[in-house]
Amino acid sequence: MFIDPHTHMISRTTDDYEAMAAAGVVAVIEPAFWIGQPRTYVGTYIDYLSTIVGWERFRAGQFGIRHYCTIGLNSKEANNEELAEEVMAILPRFALKDGVVAIGEIGYDEQTPAEDKYFRLQLELAKELDLPVMIHTPHRDKKRGTSRSMDVVVEHGIAPRMVVVDHNNEETVQEVLDRGFWAGFSIYPSTKMGNERMVEIVRQYGAAGIIVDSACDWGISEPLGVAKTAKLAAERGIPAEQIRKICYQNALDAYGQSGQIKESDWLDPPAIDQRNLYEGNSILRGGREPLVEAPKVKRRAGELIIE
Amino acid sequence: MGALPVATVARSSQVPRPGLVAQGFILEGPLSQPKDLLCVWLRRQLAEPARTWFEEQQAKLAGGASERDLYLALGYVPRKLGKDDLALQPGDLDQAAAARPGWDPRGLSVDQAARLVFLLEAGGAGPAFAERFRQLCRTADLGEAVAFYRGLPLYPAPELLESQAGEGTRTNMRAVFEAVAHRSPYPRERFDENRWNHMVLKALFIGSRLAPIQGLDERANASLARMLCDYAHERWAAGRPVTPELWRCVGRHADEAALGDLQRVLATGSSVERQAAALALADRRDPRADALLAGAPELAQAIAAGKLSWDSHAKQL
Repeated sequence: MFIDPHTHMISRTTDDYEAMAAAGVVAVIEPAFWIGQPRTYVGTYIDYLSTIVGWERFRAGQFGIRHYCTIGLNSKEANNEELAEEVMAILPRFALKDGVVAIGEIGYDEQTPAEDKYFRLQLELAKELDLPVMIHTPHRDKKRGTSRSMDVVVEHGIAPRMVVVDHNNEETVQEVLDRGFWAGFSIYPSTKMGNERMVEIVRQYGAAGIIVDSACDWGISEPLGVAKTAKLAAERGIPAEQIRKICYQNALDAYGQSGQIKESDWLDPPAIDQRNLYEGNSILRGGREPLVEAPKVKRRAGELIIE
Repeated sequence: MGALPVATVARSSQVPRPGLVAQGFILEGPLSQPKDLLCVWLRRQLAEPARTWFEEQQAKLAGGASERDLYLALGYVPRKLGKDDLALQPGDLDQAAAARPGWDPRGLSVDQAARLVFLLEAGGAGPAFAERFRQLCRTADLGEAVAFYRGLPLYPAPELLESQAGEGTRTNMRAVFEAVAHRSPYPRERFDENRWNHMVLKALFIGSRLAPIQGLDERANASLARMLCDYAHERWAAGRPVTPELWRCVGRHADEAALGDLQRVLATGSSVERQAAALALADRRDPRADALLAGAPELAQAIAAGKLSWDSHAKQL
């Protein structure tokens, strides 16, 4: 069983869901983020947030995958202050939806004053609602941006164990772990982290506090990032218990602090969730007939028959 | 709903567990409002501290709370009360039907029931309620959407909610669709023919059932019968199965072509398909239909003897 605690499934296809389910992914977390095209109206933001607490959750359930999300104003769009103000006003309406496991992904992009302002306001919201925080660390000036993000969290009196600092690399991991934050790693081709490097990081630092995710989105990314990393780590001699921590348990422990994600959600879900979220095909273990079909590889020109 | 008298707390000897009456757990009589029944069922089931939280929130909302209070209360419900199925007891369904004809609370969960109580408590009336309902549905998560739509038969100014109810039937999220369509008198009472027909057809498209839709027989119409026969032909052409439930909405208005379809199903269908065709032909009450039905005497006899009905048929699916 794997959890992929950072996926943007609204950008992914049903093939991806099928492949993830077949690879053993039981739950995904979808952080609210930037969708590539900047939003310019609070209305489109509302519809986006409604999608990740509603439709996408349903879509995932059709493949037997439990879907959770985080709610927040991302750092890029925080720079549109008119939009940011309106989004901040509606965030409390979404932060308590079913399956919201954190405020996120928030933090810095260019480390502007506006980004800083809305990062801090959202940390306060997380504190008020007693929710964990998912921090997106910047692509540029990453090391300093990561340190600064943690400084601000501490300044706002939030316990590091409530905060996942994501998109780490070899340069940031030591400080994040030393300061007691969860350290997320996104196995994302070409930019963030490769899985061979990931295995070496686990070998060096151990599994405590480390969380592997795919961050799959609209870019060239890999929804099997967690499953493939687990397999590679096993082949390269990382103990099974460590693999379980980085690919499952640590994410569950970190986001489980919200009270909104529990192992029983996929092992023994409430009857109402079975009726509403798993109708149709599912791999449910909670009393219904399981249906685990070997996934067909559809993206082959030689597979001619479409029924 | 608003015209009904306020619920009376039980005072008679009919109540099986007298201790509960004094504690306000049981209401009696047909004059209870649905909201009060939901409260009784919830308070009976909830353990502390959930029960106290529920009661405090309800009191706060009844006292005229802010928009923010309502949203937060609605949001906190599953966190505070859990998601167990609402445990109904013998007699509850009768009370529900007496409070609101057609209301069927089966399948509700604790969180859904509590959300309905809060919305009924703080939602206001008339156009204000309709606007609030629309806003809540716009930003609902799946569980909330199911809860809000299941409340359709209970809300004030139902005539103002029809458009939003239509939104609920347009979804592809089956649980949300069924929250509008199933076990509810609202569509039967409020939907015009076009919306009704598309709801029935949509149920088939998303793999849902027809039997839990209230009013299937009384709202059957010629246009729907034609749409369903066309749908059956599309399915047959594609080599896909056709649910036998569909014929229930065809029989009463079957024209010559539809009778031909029923004849085909009666001749070549599986057992449940043939039963459905026979029931539809019996519904038609027409010499041509009777003649076709006579070709399946065992089914005709079962129908005449009351051994085969749409209800018994639905149980086989």
